Order: sequence, then C-alpha cells, then structure tokens
Amino acid sequence: MLKSTFPWLIVAVTGCVMIAAFFVPPLAEWKNEAGAWFEILAAMAFVVGGANLFAQHLKKISARRAGWGYSAVTLFSFVVTLVVGLFKVGVIGEDPNYPWAGHYQAEGSALWWLYQFAYQPLIGTMFALLAFYVASAAFRAFRAKNTEATMLLTAAFIVLLGRTYAGTWLTSAVPDDYSALTFPGMTAIILGVFNTAGQRAIMIGIALGVAATSLKVLLGVDRSYLGSDGD
Amino acid sequence: MKRETIIWTVLFVAGGLFLVVRGTQSDHGLGRQYVKQVRVNPQSATDLRVKFKEAPPTDRQAQLSIPRTVGLWVAAFFTLAILSFLYRDNIFYKIAESVMVGVSAAWYMVTAGFWEAIIPKLLANLAPETIGSWALPDLLKPKPPDPKLLSLVPLVLGIMLLCRLLPRGGWIGRWPLAFIVGVFAGIRMIGFLEADFVSQIRSSIIPLVVMTDAGRVNLWASLRNTGLVFGVLACLAYFFFSVEHRGLVGRLARVGVWYLMITFGASFAFTVMGRIALLAGRITFLFDDWLWLIDPAGKRWGP
Amino acid sequence: MIDLLRNLDRRWIFLAMLLAVSIPILAQQSFPERPTKTVLDVFNYIEGLPEGSNILLSFDFGPSSDGELEPIATAVVRHCCLKRHKMFFMTLYPDGVPLPERTIKSVIEQEFESYNFKYGEDYINLGFNNAEELVIIVMGTDIKKMFPTDIEKKPLDGFPIAENITSLEDMDLIFTITTGYPGMKEWVQYGSSPLGVKLAVGSTAVQAPEAYPYLPDQMLGLLAAIKGAAEYEAALADKYPAFRDPAKNQGIKRMAPQFWAHLLIIGLIVLGNVVYFADRFQGARR
Repeated sequence: MLKSTFPWLIVAVTGCVMIAAFFVPPLAEWKNEAGAWFEILAAMAFVVGGANLFAQHLKKISARRAGWGYSAVTLFSFVVTLVVGLFKVGVIGEDPNYPWAGHYQAEGSALWWLYQFAYQPLIGTMFALLAFYVASAAFRAFRAKNTEATMLLTAAFIVLLGRTYAGTWLTSAVPDDYSALTFPGMTAIILGVFNTAGQRAIMIGIALGVAATSLKVLLGVDRSYLGSDGD
Repeated sequence: MKRETIIWTVLFVAGGLFLVVRGTQSDHGLGRQYVKQVRVNPQSATDLRVKFKEAPPTDRQAQLSIPRTVGLWVAAFFTLAILSFLYRDNIFYKIAESVMVGVSAAWYMVTAGFWEAIIPKLLANLAPETIGSWALPDLLKPKPPDPKLLSLVPLVLGIMLLCRLLPRGGWIGRWPLAFIVGVFAGIRMIGFLEADFVSQIRSSIIPLVVMTDAGRVNLWASLRNTGLVFGVLACLAYFFFSVEHRGLVGRLARVGVWYLMITFGASFAFTVMGRIALLAGRITFLFDDWLWLIDPAGKRWGP
Repeated sequence: MIDLLRNLDRRWIFLAMLLAVSIPILAQQSFPERPTKTVLDVFNYIEGLPEGSNILLSFDFGPSSDGELEPIATAVVRHCCLKRHKMFFMTLYPDGVPLPERTIKSVIEQEFESYNFKYGEDYINLGFNNAEELVIIVMGTDIKKMFPTDIEKKPLDGFPIAENITSLEDMDLIFTITTGYPGMKEWVQYGSSPLGVKLAVGSTAVQAPEAYPYLPDQMLGLLAAIKGAAEYEAALADKYPAFRDPAKNQGIKRMAPQFWAHLLIIGLIVLGNVVYFADRFQGARR
C-alpha cells in the first residue's frame, strides 16, 4: 500500500490537478504552488546527486580500486567547490552588517574563480572535442551506399555550403530571380520544406507518445517509475 | 625511447620554447589579467571596503591580478589537457575530467540546491526572521513576512527524497518522486498535445494553391506549401505501422523516408556547424585571452 | 594513394580540423554576411517595437554552448539597448547563472555606458529558478511567484521596472537563447502556444532544425547558432553604421573558421567515399 498504491495516488491526484489547472483558471494557484514545491524537490535532488557522487568515489578510494587516484581528485575538487560555495569564500556583501548577504557568485569570490577558470574551460572544451570526432566520422562513416544515404549526404553538402560564405560565393553568378538555385536558396528550401515536414511528423509522433505515456502513468497502468519492490 | 614519449617531449619542448619566446620577445608578452579597486559602497562615508573589478590593461588604475592571472593559466592548462585526449588518453586528460566532475556536481549543489532554493525559497518561507537577519536582509524590509507553513510540505517531501540515500527505507523516496512524476505527466500531456500535436496539424492546414494579390497563381509558394503538406503526410505514413507498407501506402512511406533522410542530412550539417563553433570559441580563448596573439574585440590594445 | 587513405590515422584528421579552425582565427579573416528571413523577422520585430517595450531575455544555456550562443546574446542585447527597451534577464540553467551578468557588464554597463541605463529601471536580472518548465508555466500567470526577488535577492516589488509586470503576457517579446532542456521547446509549449506571447529563439545548431516546424505560427523567428549571430550583426550593421566596426562583430568573425572547417568536412566525406567506391570497384573486379 505505502510502497506502491499510495505513490500512484499521489501521481494521479497531482497529475489531474495539473491538467485541470490548464482548463480551470481558479486552479492556477494550485499549479503555481506545485511549481514552488517542485523547485524545492529539484534542489533536494541535487543534494542527493552530490551525496551519491561523494559516497561512490569515497568507496572507490577506500577499496583502492583501479583509478582511485582520479576519484581522489574528483572528491577534492567537489569538497573545495562545495566549501567555498556554501561559505561564500571571498564574497563581499553590500552591507557590512550582513556578511552572508552577498551573492555567492560575486566577481572575485572563490566560487567565481572556480567557475571562470575551471568549470567553464573544462565543460566548453569537452563539448568542443566533438568537432574532431564529427570530422573523423565524416571520413569513415558517411558512405553513399544507397539512394537514402546519398540523399542524406547531398542534403548535408548543400546545408554545409549554404550556411557559410562558400555557398554564396560558389553560386554568386546565379541571377537574383533564380536565387532558389543558389546554395543559400537551396538550404532555405531544405530547412523550410523538407526539414520542416520531417521534423513536424517526428514531433506529432512524439506528442502522441508523450500523451499516451502520461495517461498510462496517471491511470496506474505504467508504474515503472517506482522501481523494483526490493528497495 | 618510445615513439610516444618522443612526441610528448617534442610537444612540451616546442610549446615551452614558444611560450618563453612569446613572453620575452613580444610587445605585450603573454596573457595576464588586470583589475582595479572600487569601493563597495561609493556613497557611504563610513564603509571604506574595496573590491576588485576586471579592467583592461590600458586603464590607468589597472593593476596586475595574481589570482586571476593564475586562473587564466589554469584555464589554459585545462583546455589543453582536454584537447590532449585527441592524441590519446593520458593523465592530464584524466585529471581534468575528474576535476570537471567534482566541480560541476558541487556547483549544482551550491547554486541550484542551496543558495537559490533551499535558503531563499524554503527556509526563508519557514523562518523569515532568522534567515533574513542572517543572509537575506531585504526580506526584513519593511517588516518580516509571516512564516508560510505550506512550505512544510516540500520540506517533508524533500527529506523523504533524501531517504533514497539510506541503505534501507529507500522506498520512502517514492512519494516525492511520485509527486514529480505526477506533475510532469500532467503538464507534458497538455503541453505536447497543444503545441506539438494540435498546433502542428493546424500549421499544416495551408492553401496548396497560393494566389498573388493580382489574382495569379504564385507557383513558388504553391509548390512550397504542397511539398510541405505532402511531406508531412508521407513521413506520417512511414511512422504508421498499423498498416502494412505496401502499394500506395508503401510508396508514400518510401517518399517519407526520403524526406526524413534530407531532414537528417540537414541535422548532420547543423551538428557539424555547432561543434565547430564551440571549438572556435576555445581556440579563440587560447589565442586571444591566454597567448595574446590576437585581440579581435579590442579588449586590450586593439586588433 | 587509396591504401594511404584507407589506413589514415584519425589524428591526421584531427590535426587538419585544428588547422582549419585555428588559421582563420589567427588571420582574423572574415566574410560578408547577409541576414536571412528567420533572422530579419526577429530584427524587424525588435526594431519596430516602441521604445521601452518589455523584453524577457532568458539565457537558457551554460558554458557547454557558450561559444555558439554568447555572440547571439551580445547582438540581441545590443539591439535592445539601441532601442532602449526594458530588459528582464533570467536563466533556467544552474550553470548559466553568471552568463546574463557577463552580457550585462560587457554590453549595458561598458559598451552602452553613455546611455546611462539604470539597474531596476531599464534592466533587471531575475536570476535563476530550477523548476524547469514549471517556471514558464507559473510565469504565465504570476512572474513574482517564481521570481519574488532579483538575482541579489532584493524584492522585485522594490524595482520600478517590475511595477506593471504580472505575467508573461506583459512581455512584448520573449527571447530565449537556448541549448536544450529546458529551453526552446518548453518556451513554445508553455509560453508562446498557450499565451500567444511573441517568442524569438537563438538556438544552438544542434537544436535549430527542430525549431523550424514552429515557424512562424508559434515562433516569431530564429537565430540559428553562430550563423544566426553573424546575420543579426549584419542586420544591425546595415541599420546602425556604428556597428560596422569589425571589433563589434564577433559572430561574423567566427564564420571564417566555419567556412574552412565546413569545406574540410565536405572534403573528408568525398575522400571517404572515394575509398568506399574504390573498394567496391576492386571487389567487383575480383
């Protein structure tokens, strides 16, 4: 009852309230309150996530498993960031009577330093790495094996050219009346007609899927979110 | 000596030599950060505290900032450490990756968890006077608000969520999870049906023959609209698996696949574009902020 | 030759990509840009709004896509400053918290210092809220429920800019600069679609193709990635000659590495297919 039925009741009631709030304006306040509650729960989820990470890496270090040294680096950077963030190290508040009142991200603070000089370059470069792998994949994986693959490649070619000055330059001799035949013109057609049609169909399919899944969850047909009974 | 060791040695020596030459021989040297002192409360006669703000080196009051300059070099090290993975996995990359995991997890806890939600949205509602006199003085103006007892509900749900960390009794965390699932099941059903289903169908109900103001057929616009509507139907036919894809439906579905292939081709091109832009951002950081080889935005002495 | 290509170490490809991006940046190369319709629709709308219109600028991205989206943010905020619109900054990304502040400093406080914009009167930073799409839903009826204070935790009611603001419907334009979830889709689903508020989007390239079905009924226009920023800068330069200064057009400058890297990718696809067809040809002969 407490492990399965009651959670489903919570799902059904909150879900129905949220749906009803879209149609019954006086219920908007309930919806807004749910938003405020979710905000707290999302914050708690970050705490759970952080604590989990801490515990996992601590276990790895204490068991001296392979790569435990890197876990130590992770834990060290985690603890340092947490401490300087929670204690607002280096933050100077506007009012000297309230030293805790300054913004945690104030310029010059320790957390600001970590964001600017560690977090930002690390995350930014990690995502930038993909440029190299996309290039490698372009060489190794994109083969015109059949009609469909050839169409994909041709579309990619046109858009790659049409989205830079290369496309404009290559078809600069085309008169304005036939601008649809330039690379930028063809790119606009691919995006506005073919891509729009394809994405729209995918979107409609996903929307139906989401609605069906939501209904299954609200009606209690799908309770997979509860996990197994063992925990 | 192994080939790899030779490559690493050459890279380090060449890089180091370049930095030395660049730092000693160029007009302005290598990346540094400058700051200037400003009063925290310029209007106050009693509060004489100062803080440091970033300033261009050309500013008369600018002074070299050691912590920020060290930070700049740390950022450059991390950038190069991540890029070194392209050669092969190595200790510098692994350290950088570990730092990233630790800093980001703590960053989310501190910002999204503690200072943006738990303190101002939960504890400040439950104990406004205490929290106000500690960290949120503006909460006390003009007078402290009454505690909002309704905030006890997310507090209890939040504590239940923390129970997921316990070795036993993790099932208690299902209740707040159920609340989250219920809320999102409700809003997403409406959101997706309205914006991604009904509105998309509505946007597809467009004239197939478009007339100009002069009463003529606008051939281009008509072709465009027809191609769009036909494409949506063809793609939907491909996604419709309740009917066997044979005959007319089969042919329509095949055209749908072609539309989808063109769609994916466009997506691939856009993905390439995005990744290159991110790389250009990092390379610009190295050349501009760190090595001072370029100054495209005229932040220091001009381009 | 074919053997060489077949056994090509991928690190040579990486090196080629590095050079294709680095050299144009070092050379400070740039190419002309011409704004396209999806960008001009946004530009003309902001241009046509009466001075002092309310514009909500949601920076829904973090450092992972900063390289692509920062030039969009700069260009649009610049335009809002020129038109003296009221700007409301916010973010739905925890790691995006410092980003609106950076644009405020570089554009509003430094570049437009002579305009004397006042915090709380001409612009405000609402900060961050982690309720994801619920932020948008609740803002649809009550902005102050989600953002009772600004980023410094000062009550919103104390700022003149927020006096006549109740819900998203009081905004003349919502501009989201977005990288994923929560972002473009959520602003369409819970902002522009149910409320009819005008929405413009500056998006990462990866997300941009998904935006097209929303144009123009649910979305006013689209600045797709760095190209969108470059086109917006070109539109600004066309209208305001002061912005023809290359130092103010970082988006346009970033299109030079794109130019060469795109050509490299095309070349790699062609070479890859040469190897493929050569192998097929040899296989058929055997």
